[in-house]
Amino acid sequence: MQFLQLVISGIAQGCIYGLIALGFVLIYKATETVSFAQGDLMMLGAFMGLAGMTMLGFPFWAAVLAAIVAMAIFGVLLERIVIRPILGQPAFSIVMLTIGIAYVARGLITMIPNIGTDTHTLPVPYKDQIWKLGALVLNVEQMVVIAATAVLCAGLFAMFKYSKLGMAMQASSQNQLAAYYMGIPVKTLNGLVWGLAAAVAAIAGLLLAPITFVHANMGFIGLKAFPAAVVGGFTSLPGAIVGGLVIGIVESLSGFYLPDGFKDTAPYVVVLIMLMVKPNGLFGEKLRKKV
Amino acid sequence: MRFIFKTSYAQDINLAKHGGHVFWYSALALLLVAAPWLFAEYWLAQMTFILIYAIVGLGLMLLAGFTGQFSLGHAAFLGVGAYTQAVMTNAGVPFPLALVCAAGLSAAVGVVVGLPALRVKGIYLGMATLAFGFIVEEVLARWESVTGGNAGIHIKAPNLFGWKVDSGEGFYYLCLFIAVLATLGILNLLRSSTGRAFVAIRDSEISAQSMGINLARYKTLSFALSAALAGVGGALYAHKLQFISPDQFNIIQSIDLLLMVVIGGLGSVHGAFLGAIFLITMPQVISLTKDYLPAAVGQAPGLQAVVYGVVLVAFVLFEPMGLYGRWLKVRAWIQLFPFYRQGMFKRQKSFQKSDRLK
Repeated sequence: MQFLQLVISGIAQGCIYGLIALGFVLIYKATETVSFAQGDLMMLGAFMGLAGMTMLGFPFWAAVLAAIVAMAIFGVLLERIVIRPILGQPAFSIVMLTIGIAYVARGLITMIPNIGTDTHTLPVPYKDQIWKLGALVLNVEQMVVIAATAVLCAGLFAMFKYSKLGMAMQASSQNQLAAYYMGIPVKTLNGLVWGLAAAVAAIAGLLLAPITFVHANMGFIGLKAFPAAVVGGFTSLPGAIVGGLVIGIVESLSGFYLPDGFKDTAPYVVVLIMLMVKPNGLFGEKLRKKV
Repeated sequence: MRFIFKTSYAQDINLAKHGGHVFWYSALALLLVAAPWLFAEYWLAQMTFILIYAIVGLGLMLLAGFTGQFSLGHAAFLGVGAYTQAVMTNAGVPFPLALVCAAGLSAAVGVVVGLPALRVKGIYLGMATLAFGFIVEEVLARWESVTGGNAGIHIKAPNLFGWKVDSGEGFYYLCLFIAVLATLGILNLLRSSTGRAFVAIRDSEISAQSMGINLARYKTLSFALSAALAGVGGALYAHKLQFISPDQFNIIQSIDLLLMVVIGGLGSVHGAFLGAIFLITMPQVISLTKDYLPAAVGQAPGLQAVVYGVVLVAFVLFEPMGLYGRWLKVRAWIQLFPFYRQGMFKRQKSFQKSDRLK
């Protein structure tokens, strides 16, 4: 029973990692760049939800929707203003660029007087509720995380599989030049992908907020989502979620059964082993250039 | 405009290409040697930090700027060097021996980290080094019998065979000596066949391999040398601060080190020094200008992060060659005056190359 309990809380935590990793994978697939700002976009999303609920007095659902839409617009603008001018430069420049964006986002939030340096609780309607299922104690916050992730994944899957937009995104992620020749507006798509990734990050932030707190440094959890993305293979959307779950469960179990200190390092140990054994991840594509 | 007429092969090998180099670098050397008499103690301490960071920067430049392998966990090597030095110095080992051990142990760790580099590259390598950095930080925090855990560890003044270097000036000279040695070492390495192999790997692994360069050997070597320099830097850092704890070697430090080489200018030895100057003087500049800003901005805790982020974004967008690239442009402008053209350093636009296809 204890084991099951640990697994469930691991799954909930893993869903968060998976959602952030989903953002990495979306951006990596579409534009071949790795965004280190994903964790901080998540932080921004949580703060926007907080602002909507406490300062503007929106009802819960309106605040959530407003935060997600605002982050999506922010993501599109970010791509247009900073990322697009250096497309085609070495991937590492873009990594440094996103690290810079992360610094700025974190700094700006910290600079807001009285709010930026404090920790806040997000007033969600399901706060601190518990379901009892036999001997299992289910935390409603964690259940919401798991359910929301499942719904979001189904939505994204359907979009990529059936909608015209999703197929265009797939095409441009496989070969930008060829997609461009086929009449797909690659640049607009890149902007949309950044918007989508930012929206997913906002959802992750809003889901995480009731479990931890809302504060300026919550973006650092994004660093744990990298192992999730690598384990799943950096190029696979379902892989990101599975990777997140693996990392979440490993972390939760090692925190309980192994001595102190293993909880924080276990994800990284997993990632190192993964890179040694199967560098492409569980679901990564194996592509070879033909000379 | 200076034209160099080459009359002997030795001119190609010389480190100083012409009289201007000799003059200006001699002037710089004189200034650095005379620094303890010219600057106040506080600024001398800052210069010592610049030299220490420049040594680490040289190592990271060799790895990132010349071999094209990016390490997101370089603070780990710094930490290994610092802790080795601390433990050995406190056990009474003389400074040079401890320094060699710090460099050696860091290099050994670097080889271990370099091993994944043989299989993975690009962002995966970044992830591997990132993961490694976290693990080392945790080991430093948990291995309490040796490292003192999160409480940190104090370190005695360096003992140079009976001569105790406990004054700021003495330690400054020690750092200066090691920094000059490291710079000359890197410059010589880069003009040797090993250095050319590194650059070839950076520019194209496939072509380097086709030319008969053993990728595994040179990548590992680059990691080892880079880690060794980081270890030396870490050892000096430990002596300078006299107190080290694991949180000084976390991911923020790693990112700061990367920021240093990117802002200094990837692929130039000058860049390591310029980046170190930037990294050390920026907080000073911010704290100096703080008083002139409105209180809501000047006193806010996040100001430094915002400035760092904006500077980094601006450099990547507008000056990808960093401070050294800016200096090259200024120099060309002066040399060619009034014939400098706008497009002389224009970046080439290229189609995005996928590194998913190996």
